Formats: sequence, structure tokens, C-alpha cells
Amino acid sequence: MSALLGPLIPVVVVLGLMLTMAAFLIWYERRLLALWQDRYGPNRVGPFGLLQIVADMIKIFFKEDWIPPFADRFVFVLAPMAIMIAVLMSFVVLPLSPDIVVVDSNIGLLFILAMSSMTVYASVLGGWASNNKYALLGGLRSAAQMVSYEVFMGISLMGVIVLTGSFRLIDIVEAQSGLWNCVPQFFGLLIFAVAGVAESKRIPFDMPEAEAELVAGYHTEYSGMKFGMFFVGEYLGVTLISALTVILYFGGWKGPWLPPIVWFFIKTFAVIAVFILLRASLPRPRFDQLMDYGWKVLLPFALLNVLVTGAVVLL
Amino acid sequence: MTVIFYLSSVIALLAAAIAISRRNAFHALLYVVVSLLAVAVTFFSIGAAFAGALEIIVYAGAIIVLFIFVVMMLNLGPQAAGRADGLLTPSMWFGPALLALTLLVELSVILIRATGTGTSDTAVGPREVALSLFGPYAIGVELASFLLLAGLVGAARLGSGARSTGGDR
Repeated sequence: MSALLGPLIPVVVVLGLMLTMAAFLIWYERRLLALWQDRYGPNRVGPFGLLQIVADMIKIFFKEDWIPPFADRFVFVLAPMAIMIAVLMSFVVLPLSPDIVVVDSNIGLLFILAMSSMTVYASVLGGWASNNKYALLGGLRSAAQMVSYEVFMGISLMGVIVLTGSFRLIDIVEAQSGLWNCVPQFFGLLIFAVAGVAESKRIPFDMPEAEAELVAGYHTEYSGMKFGMFFVGEYLGVTLISALTVILYFGGWKGPWLPPIVWFFIKTFAVIAVFILLRASLPRPRFDQLMDYGWKVLLPFALLNVLVTGAVVLL
Repeated sequence: MTVIFYLSSVIALLAAAIAISRRNAFHALLYVVVSLLAVAVTFFSIGAAFAGALEIIVYAGAIIVLFIFVVMMLNLGPQAAGRADGLLTPSMWFGPALLALTLLVELSVILIRATGTGTSDTAVGPREVALSLFGPYAIGVELASFLLLAGLVGAARLGSGARSTGGDR
């Protein structure tokens, strides 16, 4: 019995922690935004407004789940599932601490890149299946944006891999015992962070759902829990990118006194706070500016970073 | 592992067959994605995890997204589904079918003659792949990079040409 249940424990722990964290992020983001904008934010339901998410969840579960008659039903239902499955699959190889990891894969980082490249289907399928011009434009934008920024994200990670000599995430953290990667790979970190914001479609790079131009972009026609899945999927994506930043550049679970898992969460929440600060402070660029910036600025810098890192390691 | 290998192979073949028989281009592309993911699983099951991950990143995550991008851009709508109906006459598919059949026979002969090259549980890591790519197969990598460079130059030329001659800008 225990041989059967043994492998299931990390699965349940990681799944439970990540889903709770993604839901909790909604409260965290609203409180932080309020703090920076001199407001209170949600503070009525439960202590410090912590139960606001529970109230929102109950509300969203009982909302009418409407599928427009002009939509492509099959693809319309498939799209929100795609984002949840793809993002949750990425967490399979993510080590929260040396002991809490579901699969310790020797191509862990590549697997995460592969799964995060699958998340693009959610917004593309949703945008197309809605049969609505705003949704279609949002889907088109997200396809172009995510395919482009995946390239820079992948190349920016190469610096870390050259330094470590492994795709295994535990090896990457262990290699940072002396000096965190954020010092030798500072430019890699910057490129990765920008590409990460674009990959998770957050403000300032939320052109696929820019509410000032496209109503709500690819999820314009979605309602009820299907919209909720897009929403939670986005927060799971933010969690994933932040956790990955911590593992790759900020020494993962390493830190004095406290247990590893606590350090991991402290660092991850700090990175998420930076994500939210970006949202609170930056305006949204135009879509062509986003693509220009990616291909003409980020790509050369990412390649240069690989070149310099490779040269330093070789010499 | 052998069970997973055959299961995902069957899924890949079925999805490919469904993909070429769909009338809706968008649905066909979705089945192509399923087929590619299934092929990636077969790679994982025979220990070639690196190749499997690259298969997902490059094919399912980038190339098919570009196909879908074009289909969305053209946005043909439901009336376009029947447009290829008259095209598939026997004289059209006879030649390609004959060629494909020849290939199938060749493949079967090779598979029957090959001995001892079934599935194995030895995992091939990224290091081994890189060593063979930039060792014995370096010429192939270089040729592929020539091809990609030619494509890049062509795309840059087309892009800049449209900007200088286009009237609507």
C-alpha cells in the first residue's frame, strides 16, 4: 500500500500547494496594488480580507456558464482545460525543496519550456473558437507574442545551463551554493524576466487581452468557471515563472536558518511582488513596439549573453 | 514502457489519419498537435527524452502555432470547408498514393530485416545527443543552419520589400 501511495504524496503536496498559492495570489496582488495606490484593497471577508478568494470562488462556481451559439463548442470547452493542464504539467519537474519534487528529470528545464510552449494553445483556441472579432484579434496577438518571447526565454536560459552543465533543476540549484546565478547571469536574468512577463501575458505585456482595445481579448466570450480557469491559469503561470526565476537565478531553496521550503516560498513571493509592482507602475506599449523590442533588442542581447558566457566558461 | 510506446504510436497514427480527413483546417491542425505530442511520448518511452522535449518545443509549440496563426489570419469561416471537395479526383491522388505505397513497402522491408533494434530502456541524455550532433553529424547541423539562414534572408527580404513598395502603409 505504501509503495503505491509513496509516489502520490509529492503529487498531492505540489498540486495542493500550487493551486492554493495561485488562488491566494489574487488576494496578494489586490492588497499589494492597493498598498501602492494608497487604498485598502479587499479587507472585509475574513482576517485581512483573506477569505475574499473563497467568496469569489463560490460566486464564480454559481455563475451561468454560457457557451455562445456561434462558437465552436468542442474547441471552446477545450481551451480553458489546455491552460490548466499545460501549466500544472510544468510543476511536475519543479523542485520546491530537495525532497519535494514529483519527477526529478534530467531534462527538467526543457520539459518546463515544452509545457509552457503548450500554454499558447489555450488563448489561441479560445480566441478562435469564440468566433468573435475581439477574441480572434486577442488570439492572433497571443500566438505571435508567445511564440516570439519563447525564443528569447529559451536562449536567455542557455547561460545558466552553460554554467551548470545540466538541465536538471536540482543540479542547477546545487551549483549555486557559492554564488547565486543572478550575479554572473545578470543580463540573462533581465531577459528571462521580460520574456517571463510576456509569456504569462501580464501587464505591461497583456496585449492579447488589452481591455482598452479588445474588450477582454481571447476570453471575451467566456463566463463562469471557464473564465475562472483562464484566470487561475494566468496566476499559475505567474507562480511558475517566479518559481523558475528563484530556482535558476536566486539559489532556489538555499538560505540560512529557515527550512528550505520556507526560503523557497519567501523568495518566490518576493519575485511575484516584483511582477505586481511592474503591473502597478508600467503602461502598456503598442503591439508592434512589443514585437520590435523582442526581435531587435532582446534577441541580440540574449545571443550575446550566450556567447560571452560560453567564452568565459571555456577560457 | 513497451505498452506506452505502442499505445502512443497508435494514437499518433490515428490522429494523423483524422487530421488529413478533416474538412475544417483548424480542427485538422488540432489533430496534428495531438499526433506530434504522441510522437513525443514515443520518444520519451524509448529513453530519448531530449528528442521528445525538442519535438514538443519546436513542432507542437512553435511550427503548428504558426500554421494556426495563418488559419486564424485568413479566418475562412464555415463556407470554406467544402472548397477542396472537387479537387480530390482519382487522377489527383493516384500518383501520390503510389509513391506513398512504395515508401510503406520499403519501410516494412527495413523493419522486418532489422534485428535487435526494438525499444530499449537506456536513457539518452542531452550530453550524448550534443556530442554526436557536433561530432560525427556536424556536417548535417551545418547544412541545416545554411538552410535556416537562407530562409531568414528570404524572410527579411520579403519583409523589407513589402515595406518599400506597399501602398497602404
